[in-house]
Amino acid sequence: MTVINFLFYFFAVILVVAGLRVITVRNPVHAALFLVLAFFSMACIWLLLEEEFLAIVLVLVYVGAVMVLFLFVVMMLDINIARMREGFVRHVWVGAGVALLIVVQLGFVFGAKQSNLLNALPPAPHGASYGNTEELGRVLYTDYVYPFEIAAAVLLVAIVAAIALTMRRRPGTKHQRPSEQVAVRRADRIRIVKMPAEKKQ
Amino acid sequence: MITISQLLVLGAVMFCISMAGIFINRKNVIILLMSIELMLLSVNLNFVAFSYQLGDLAGQVFVFFILTVAAAEAAIGLAILVVVFRTRQTINVAELDTMKG
Repeated sequence: MTVINFLFYFFAVILVVAGLRVITVRNPVHAALFLVLAFFSMACIWLLLEEEFLAIVLVLVYVGAVMVLFLFVVMMLDINIARMREGFVRHVWVGAGVALLIVVQLGFVFGAKQSNLLNALPPAPHGASYGNTEELGRVLYTDYVYPFEIAAAVLLVAIVAAIALTMRRRPGTKHQRPSEQVAVRRADRIRIVKMPAEKKQ
Repeated sequence: MITISQLLVLGAVMFCISMAGIFINRKNVIILLMSIELMLLSVNLNFVAFSYQLGDLAGQVFVFFILTVAAAEAAIGLAILVVVFRTRQTINVAELDTMKG
């Protein structure tokens, strides 16, 4: 067993345990933290496969942004955990049954006819000068530039939608109205009053 | 060395765990969203595994796009969750039955 194999099993065990804890733990905050652990282990496995760019993106985007968003929402909402756990034991059997069904189906797929791909030897590791980021960037900005632009548009739509959904307009709050501020004229604001000068007595 | 069957088995195990999570936590929308994220992660592992085995970068590009869409989905899902909680004071799926006839 090589070092890489040992590391793979190490991270895979952590990943599976963290995944199991995500779905069974009582507190949603703990579930979010276990999900962070799962993402981090998966990033380490991707690093072992010489796919550095995606591993780093996974840590930056998921652990850094999405999971922080999850934690914010979980802590902001006042959730009654006891009510949420009602029927947990009953649903465990349904969940386990479905998971077992999928395992059996995958067993059929894997066991039916061993294709050449599954028995293939793993590829030789790349040399020290190989840069995954460089190669991925070369493909992303040439062959896949159109989907890349669409992905940017999807992110923009997501930003606008998230802000539009959560922005709240409470009645009675005071706002600035810049258009009216700009359009204001002197006559609207000041009034010149003529007064006769007074003499000292 | 890591073979592709090890990676595919790991992806399948993670998919089954997240599938079971969706059934187990049917009432808690937050855990449901987390299970969906976990499911997308296991699918990404399959893409990465085939990309690794075949030496084809297209799989990694797809993982990149899946990550983008998943981030957008998480943001919008959580925004909807916040709005639902603000109006109904609960995120229990069983109590969200306003549109039930």
